[in-house]
Amino acid sequence: MKNNRYTLLLGAAAFLFLLVGTSALAQEGKPWIHDPSTIVKCDGKYYTFGTGGGGLISPDGWNWESGAVRPGGGAAPDAMKIGDRHLVVYGSTGGGLGGGHRGIINTMWTKSLDPNSPDFGFSDPVVVAESKFDEDCDAIDPSLLLDPNTGRLWCSYGTYFGFIRIVELDPKTGARVEGNEAKDIAIDCEASSLIYRNGWYYLLGTHGTCCDGVNSTYNIIVGRSRNPQGPYVDNLGRDMIKGGGRMVIASTSRLSGAGHFGRYIETEGVEKMSCHFEADFDRSGRSVLAIRPLLWKNDWPYAGELFKEGVYEIESERRGYGLELAVDFTRIERPRRGGWWANPDEPIEVLPLQTLDEVKDKWPAGEVEIRIGDYLGRPHQRWSIKAVPEAGGYLGGQYYKIQIEGTERTLAATADREVIALPTYTGEACQLWRIEQIVDGTYRIMPKEVPGCSEELVLVSVADSTPSLGKFDPDSDNCKWNFRNH
Amino acid sequence: MRKAKTILASLLALSLAGSALAQPATPPFGGQGPQGPRPQGQAPQGPRQWNQDVDRSQNDLTLDMYFIPVGAQDSRPDSEGFIRRWSLLDPIDKPNRTNTVFTDSYIREAFAAEYFPGQMTLLPKDGQKVKLDKKTTLQWHNFDSRLYNVKLFRFASELDHQVYGVIFWAVTAIDVEEDLVDVRLSVGSNSASMWWIDGQEAVILSGDRRMVADDCASKRLTLTKGRHIIRGAVINGPGMSDFCVRIVDECGKPVRNYSVSTNYATK
Repeated sequence: MKNNRYTLLLGAAAFLFLLVGTSALAQEGKPWIHDPSTIVKCDGKYYTFGTGGGGLISPDGWNWESGAVRPGGGAAPDAMKIGDRHLVVYGSTGGGLGGGHRGIINTMWTKSLDPNSPDFGFSDPVVVAESKFDEDCDAIDPSLLLDPNTGRLWCSYGTYFGFIRIVELDPKTGARVEGNEAKDIAIDCEASSLIYRNGWYYLLGTHGTCCDGVNSTYNIIVGRSRNPQGPYVDNLGRDMIKGGGRMVIASTSRLSGAGHFGRYIETEGVEKMSCHFEADFDRSGRSVLAIRPLLWKNDWPYAGELFKEGVYEIESERRGYGLELAVDFTRIERPRRGGWWANPDEPIEVLPLQTLDEVKDKWPAGEVEIRIGDYLGRPHQRWSIKAVPEAGGYLGGQYYKIQIEGTERTLAATADREVIALPTYTGEACQLWRIEQIVDGTYRIMPKEVPGCSEELVLVSVADSTPSLGKFDPDSDNCKWNFRNH
Repeated sequence: MRKAKTILASLLALSLAGSALAQPATPPFGGQGPQGPRPQGQAPQGPRQWNQDVDRSQNDLTLDMYFIPVGAQDSRPDSEGFIRRWSLLDPIDKPNRTNTVFTDSYIREAFAAEYFPGQMTLLPKDGQKVKLDKKTTLQWHNFDSRLYNVKLFRFASELDHQVYGVIFWAVTAIDVEEDLVDVRLSVGSNSASMWWIDGQEAVILSGDRRMVADDCASKRLTLTKGRHIIRGAVINGPGMSDFCVRIVDECGKPVRNYSVSTNYATK
């Protein structure tokens, strides 16, 4: 009986952990996929395709279900919108670690990715690259890059069996440019991916062990070049043709094997990356879609962290002050001699923090203005941030309520495009907040809805001590915040 | 000889520092004064008065280093949008030995008290006097500030008024040439202050404030074409006192297409 009760308790604890853990850190729904293609938004929904055909659809970027349709089977597709059509590229063979290495890369078009749309329907596949049995290349795992500088369309492909290669395609037809010769740009990677940013071309590849569940060591590395055809070198100057690569994302204790990078630009300054983890410990060790903030430092990409619930100072990047209720400051009364005048031989004393009970009755009962002020860790400055699973989400994240710790006082957007603390939480969209790490590692904080306003607005500092709502400007520290847990 | 003076000064400084550590019962004076440590044994009973403590014969400062008389022409905001033309009232006595008391409630109450008739409506003439009580009469002065920040401390000190433990009132008029939509009144002040436009509260800067341009801003405002009155009150215990005010647009950029006047009778 004792054992049974113990087992029940453990089970309940595990279930609770599952609820908390998964709601905070993983895509909701059934995000089961292997080798996801770059996420593409089409007619308001998000799509990603995987190995073996099919793929996932999400209405909001957070809840994912199967349902995407991709003919041709094979391995590791990629997708891209060009003009008003979508180009899908895939390896129709599947490679073989111990078998043959004849590979074929195909492209095909569809106007819509929505299988229910009258504009849905793939064109016949066109072969754009191949590998023979006896080549040092296995033509699978393709990736697309439309060069924003030249308009030229590039396709990389390959796997652990030899070289990663790049070929040029015609962006109008999706076919191989006539006379184009494949070029070797890296060695022994899987799931290559090409992206461009700030004058640099980046080649991402996956290293480590694939397809071994919780023991997979898949990890994503990167090199960069000034030319799409390479040479791609890592942070040490080591050519990827010699195995170079700088880490972008690897396993964690509960997520094994990160592979198949894809980049999604939400807006200038806000980027996401997709990949799969070979095994999610909280989801039966399944291979799952993962979406992370994509950050940049010294022109190198790296994966950010998903926001975690907790109690934080919300610190403005503009001045470094903390967001707070605009209530009277309550001093902690201490003899002044406790400062630098103290007798050095007096015994050390641990001082208590100011508690909510000591101050909350002095606060106004109704709505309270919000300001930004010198942070002292006082109750009116400590924000409890909790996910609201029923509120849905956005690409890679879910909505949160932001409240003064221990109270119902809730940060909300107002119809006059300002912010205020409401006395209670009612679940309205103006009380739900989207929290996303932006490319420099700081965060933007955006209400799900601003009453009567169709514009997307974010929490901003309009003065050092005054918050408001305004348009997001990735170049302005007014729009950036940090979460400090101290 | 100079060396001997230096040694003596060092010894005195060490002695003062040592006694401060050994006798902590008298807290140091909060705030930045122009002098060194208060002599031992003279615990402050209220804010120090700059003009009481300083030998004025050693004072190289003059009012016109900070302010110039208002000319005939209307003023414009400066290149960064700061409003430099103001009517300033001689400081009102409001003793405070520290600036840490300036909570929202405190300064709202302090500025709600009536110190002189028409405090929130008066459009003063240069030289106009207001009576606070039977003994106290204060005078309005129209000035253009040479600096982006209006140095209230110097305004008071160079007119031989008290500089600590005071409330300053400031008024100006702006003539807006076309409707200014979604602008904000952006203020910095040392120490706390409140600001009103056409009698409506626009900004409050509570706490122990320092001079920071764009420290606090109003909510979005629409200033219609025509005249608007900006009124402010700055409270200070010890230390420097000044303020800076400008109007900024939605992006925080200065708005400058208006004129500033302290001639309230002409419009």
